[in-house]
Amino acid sequence: MKVKLWGVRGSIPTTGPDTEKYGGNTSCASVAYDDHVLVLDGGTGIRQCGASVSQYKRIDILLTHLHLDHIQGLGFFMPLFDPSKEIHIWGPASSSQSLFSRISRYLSPPLFPVLLRDVPCKLELHEVSNTEFEIGPFKIRSSYIIHPGPTVGYRIMRKDFVFTYIPDHEPALGKHGMVHDPKWVSGYDLAEGADIMLHDSQYTTEEYAIRRGWGHSSINDAGLFASITSAKHTLFAHHDPGHSDGFLEEMLASFKSGSNVSVALAKEGFEIDLA
Amino acid sequence: MAAHEIEIILNRQLADCLSIPVFITDVVGNLIFYNEPAEEILGKRFEDTGEMSVEEWSTEFKPLDNDGNSMDPQELPLVKTLSEQLPHHKSFQIINLRGEKQPISVTSYPIISRAGNFLGAVAIFWKRKLK
Repeated sequence: MKVKLWGVRGSIPTTGPDTEKYGGNTSCASVAYDDHVLVLDGGTGIRQCGASVSQYKRIDILLTHLHLDHIQGLGFFMPLFDPSKEIHIWGPASSSQSLFSRISRYLSPPLFPVLLRDVPCKLELHEVSNTEFEIGPFKIRSSYIIHPGPTVGYRIMRKDFVFTYIPDHEPALGKHGMVHDPKWVSGYDLAEGADIMLHDSQYTTEEYAIRRGWGHSSINDAGLFASITSAKHTLFAHHDPGHSDGFLEEMLASFKSGSNVSVALAKEGFEIDLA
Repeated sequence: MAAHEIEIILNRQLADCLSIPVFITDVVGNLIFYNEPAEEILGKRFEDTGEMSVEEWSTEFKPLDNDGNSMDPQELPLVKTLSEQLPHHKSFQIINLRGEKQPISVTSYPIISRAGNFLGAVAIFWKRKLK
């Protein structure tokens, strides 16, 4: 099961030398095994991902939610425009509008010239909530998590290997932060014992104090979440667009000095084979 | 271990921020959380008791109508919310820990998830002054 990160920046893409090392594309990752591939989120990273998955006849795109930094690249994912491709888009159900209707808000004029219903590929949409489903060799669990608007995280399992993907998440939302009891921790079921977890760590503790309720985590809360869930290795992601490479490394060094959780900064282009 | 659904978790986090007593139950009425102001009513700390079964915590209250007569538990707002999955509100009295009659109003509402599933109920206790 090969996991590759195509975009790990949060909120808005960044360019320039200050963010070159960890990358400026917004959320996207891929998980591949044999002749099956999952694409996680459609941020701007999905554009480059599109070229790398051209050999697959079927591609499944799993969206965590529909904030712009997670769908902005969809219209530039070339397999959507290839009539020989079968594309399945999975995303969180809302209590009011269909997934098709909500994605179409972006993939329609005046924001985008091509209507979602007019893309040439064979397109199928699936709504998920607290759901377990299978795609090829992957067993997948989706669960709603704390983030504004309908938002899910994904736990992707193949045999004994688990990759958990929760790029936008605020489990510490509340008067006293995260409750130190797994039953009361948003996303626990997704992350428990994961081999690799990608998790939101957008803010410093000081930044989080003035951005509470925006749907993201401080690096310390992300570390606490990793500790509570016993994730084996955590990739801190959804880097704030205002954080330079140097600043991210300072954040990580500061975190590591007070914790023994296995962590690293998520980096665009990072690839790992979970066997 | 299965975690509660986020609608329940968010209700707890909200209750934790309020100065009014809030009780959260699962679908059958087991008490899965109560906040600090509610601890004063129960005379117990959540950290000490953890979750309480419906049989256990329902005996902590002796509900009386406004004339001081015993009330049928089926008339209590939370019980009605649990059976009907609808919000309810009622003013009545309870005997507090000191054996005194305490006039209260209770507002209860069902927790219905985004997917439309009934997950439990919330009861808010409002203290009233005797007229």
